[in-house]
Amino acid sequence: MPRLTATQTARVQFSLNGRDTTADAHPRMLLSDVLRQGVGATGTHVGCEHGVCGACTVLIDGVPARACLTLAVQAEGCDLRTVEGLADAGDGALSPLQAAFREHFALQCGFCTAGILMSLDALFAADPDADEAAIRDTLSGHLCRCTGYTPIVRAALAARDRIKGGKTDA
Amino acid sequence: MKPAPFDYVAARDMAEALSALHEGGDSARVIAGGQSLVPMLNMRLATPATLVDISRIDELRRIEAAKGAVTIGAAVRQAELGAWPDLAEKLPLIHAALPWVGHVQTRSRGTVCGSVAHADPSAELPLCLLVLGGTVILRRHRRTREVPAREFFLGMMSTDVAPGEMIAALRLPQPEPGTGHAFVEVARRHGDFAIVACAAVARPDGAVTLGVGGVADTPRLLEIPADAARDAAECDDRLNEFAWSLGARDDLHATARYRRELVRRLGRKTIEEALSCRA
Repeated sequence: MPRLTATQTARVQFSLNGRDTTADAHPRMLLSDVLRQGVGATGTHVGCEHGVCGACTVLIDGVPARACLTLAVQAEGCDLRTVEGLADAGDGALSPLQAAFREHFALQCGFCTAGILMSLDALFAADPDADEAAIRDTLSGHLCRCTGYTPIVRAALAARDRIKGGKTDA
Repeated sequence: MKPAPFDYVAARDMAEALSALHEGGDSARVIAGGQSLVPMLNMRLATPATLVDISRIDELRRIEAAKGAVTIGAAVRQAELGAWPDLAEKLPLIHAALPWVGHVQTRSRGTVCGSVAHADPSAELPLCLLVLGGTVILRRHRRTREVPAREFFLGMMSTDVAPGEMIAALRLPQPEPGTGHAFVEVARRHGDFAIVACAAVARPDGAVTLGVGGVADTPRLLEIPADAARDAAECDDRLNEFAWSLGARDDLHATARYRRELVRRLGRKTIEEALSCRA
């Protein structure tokens, strides 16, 4: 049976933003810490470390989840997406969602932003017509102490329209 | 805010999980989605010596409807149950309650059985299990037993699960035609822990089972016969008595008095909604 003792290091394999990645982790290590310290992907932020603030939200197999409530060893074989994967890999151009956040002043300190972007990215992928209520429901899983959320909702609505418009034009 | 060290067993089947739990005894814990357990690990409120991961055991990932009941395996995530096409028809109370369980970002990994095992007094799924009269199916090395929900919750975050034992599944009875359901909750913000949560099942004859979470150490039930449920004054008297019996306490989120008032008002609203949606 695959058993790891507490001091044993597991080699965890997963896909990170489309790239095959391996990282070493003890059983007790959290996915958030392994992403930041093991892989060096520091875009994912760590806030409360008990699932409340939402800063560490990443996509695990396409759905938003708390990296701080996921053991790194549980990510074996998973498809992980983080904020580093949103912008264009070639020229670094911001995704429509990221661009809308900038245009609508949907962040100030930016600490919560990576998690919010990942949740909204998954929302629009699952439901391109998501309405304001659905956007607010998704945002209820995130804490932002700078914006008061209004500009975030505005940016999300603008991004939704732009993403949908882009698809219609294509 | 990091877990204390533990051994980790990624069980591939039930035999492996049960033997690891048997060996580990009361210092072993089951992990599936981790949405309740990992916060406890991070804050070191739980320091198990061994974690047995059951999330990849195929037989625990099933939702099965048979013989008038729905069986939900221990690795079924809340989001998976929410996406089950038969949910609204077969388990309308769960369908109404699921959007109140945490947030979309925790329902994606958190399991239905995990929430029941954690037994937070304000959690929605233990409350629904109790109101529906469901059964918890427990397994340990060479032994299976079934515990009715009414006997399962022993106290705050305390259940009848013994050392070496794990929840394998929940079995929830499907409602007979003409049954009504309602779920109502008050929390500071959507997705926060409930200050008071009410769930009700109204039977075709008009008798109502009301459950209340968030007030006592466990979710608690009030049975209201059909004639009392029809009589507004009688119903309010019973709700008032019930509200006082729950032993509400003042805490950071609400006063005891406010909680009692919520039990009276939300209780009434939930009963009326359940009665009126009998189909």
